[in-house]
Amino acid sequence: MRDISKEGWRGVWAVAECHEGCLMPVSLELVSKARELADKLQTEATAVVFGHGISGAVCDTLMEYGAHVVQLVEHEALAVFRDDVFARVLTGLILSKRPEIVLAPATYTGKAYMPRVQTMLETGLTAGCLELDIRSDDRVLIQTRAAWGGNLFVNIVCPDARPQLVTVSPNVMIARRVVAEGRVERPEVPFEWLKSGMEVTESVHEKQDEAVRLTKADVVVVAGRGIEKRENLKLLQELADALGGAVGATRAITDLGWLPEYTQIGQTGVTVSPRLCITFGVSGAVQHTVGLRNIDILVAVNKDPAAPIFEMATYGIVADVNKILPVLLEQVKKIRCKSPA
Amino acid sequence: MLNIAVCIKQVPDARTVRFDKETGMMIREGVETIINPVDLNALEAALAIKDGHDARIHVLTMGPPSADKALRDALSMGADQAYLLSDRAFAGADTLATTRVLAAALKKIGQMDMVVCGNQSVDGDTAQVGPGLAVRLEMPSVAYVNALELTADTLKCIRMTGHGHDTVLMKTPCLVTVIPSINTPRMPSLKGKMKAKSAGIPVWTANDLGLSMNDIGLAGSPTRVLNTFVRSFEARRERLEGDADAQVAALCERLVAAGVL
Repeated sequence: MRDISKEGWRGVWAVAECHEGCLMPVSLELVSKARELADKLQTEATAVVFGHGISGAVCDTLMEYGAHVVQLVEHEALAVFRDDVFARVLTGLILSKRPEIVLAPATYTGKAYMPRVQTMLETGLTAGCLELDIRSDDRVLIQTRAAWGGNLFVNIVCPDARPQLVTVSPNVMIARRVVAEGRVERPEVPFEWLKSGMEVTESVHEKQDEAVRLTKADVVVVAGRGIEKRENLKLLQELADALGGAVGATRAITDLGWLPEYTQIGQTGVTVSPRLCITFGVSGAVQHTVGLRNIDILVAVNKDPAAPIFEMATYGIVADVNKILPVLLEQVKKIRCKSPA
Repeated sequence: MLNIAVCIKQVPDARTVRFDKETGMMIREGVETIINPVDLNALEAALAIKDGHDARIHVLTMGPPSADKALRDALSMGADQAYLLSDRAFAGADTLATTRVLAAALKKIGQMDMVVCGNQSVDGDTAQVGPGLAVRLEMPSVAYVNALELTADTLKCIRMTGHGHDTVLMKTPCLVTVIPSINTPRMPSLKGKMKAKSAGIPVWTANDLGLSMNDIGLAGSPTRVLNTFVRSFEARRERLEGDADAQVAALCERLVAAGVL
């Protein structure tokens, strides 16, 4: 094992993600968090951004949200996402600058290259962190994530190996504008870092309207394992339509292939903040419920009276989903039709 | 002949999980184990390649002796050879230590043309083992793969990107992690079940794999669990009683009053 001693590792990095030259919102969330952690550690916050054709405005924005330094890595070889190249470039930069903490977005991209970075550096990586804080006596990063089953959270630390690597899902941290001045550095990228065993021949940008609609919906209807029958999804969709909302799911449902991957709410899925959320057959395991944030009214329908979801529900209905769903759909349609548009 | 490895994990079956009414914590007793659901898609992806090519499928898992069952299930679906990586010293491994064990086993089996993993396990929920393993095997990797096609030594993958999808080409040897929508896993055949029952499954320990105790299990894991905690929610927690009609009526009344319906 390569020895990465704790000495000489200073600074907090956030890896920013760009899409077609524009910063993804999660980038600002991570930069703001990196700044907060850096302030606690009395060190610098750095935003790292890779790509091709990145404008100066991107760097300005990263500084506005807290970056003391922007490491801008521009190269035509970084125009498309190649896992091995991104991982090698980030690893190379980390080894040359030695930050103690690196935050990366838990997007499809970040979750694909960060484990490669972790392995090349032989250090710890914690996936889908919900909260991050510094233990003041020894500068250790406390990494909070959801544990499997029940409503249990877990605090993870990487006490000795450096850097401490984490991924954070979009919509979890808060982006904050700060009055700050920063500088842009343009590190050289050696040719060997850009060698790749893969070729991206086509990138299709679908408008994932449904995915966006789910994260912005005022009403979300969630399907959990307890809906039992695939046919019930049709009723759930009808209910969501009647309420002007969208349908989300737990991992159990997307694992069955009953709903597409992007509908999955939770630690490794999306985070939603609707006014009204109605869950059907959802047990309430934290891996899922951490994706439900700032909900005004949470309704839970589940036949298991001990399901943890009832602990957080505004209104709980202990009953068979098959019995409640058709009746509720009918009532909602009735009320919606009566009320003036 | 192609050599394809499929890495699987035995996980608790969420359908058998019950929660303690007081603490909200999982009750361990009575929990059954299954193959991590998306690992079945990984196996199916390998079997589909074998359907069209001369291939041998190696399935392996790191786990307790009882993980033998998961391997036999995989053999009954059509895998050719299984390997159980089992040693008390493997316990407590995080993703970094896990990839060391899997990589050592794959190197012992021989040169693989392709490694297929499920994108993530339901219990660990990290999606880190597949791409990490690829680094140790010096292979390129593509994660979140939704379609696979092998032509000669080129693997064509469709992967999810969050904005849509990419088409990616890799030369073998390479590693992919797949998502559930890639395929529908086949059912075990009767012949497969018979074969699986009597199959010899080697059990390899840290010693067999030439691994140092400092590199495996808890000792080889840079991350540590500091503590776990339960968060209580500030919720109204009103139970709506009665039959379905009464429960729905009570709910609609409250939703209308709150202005959300």
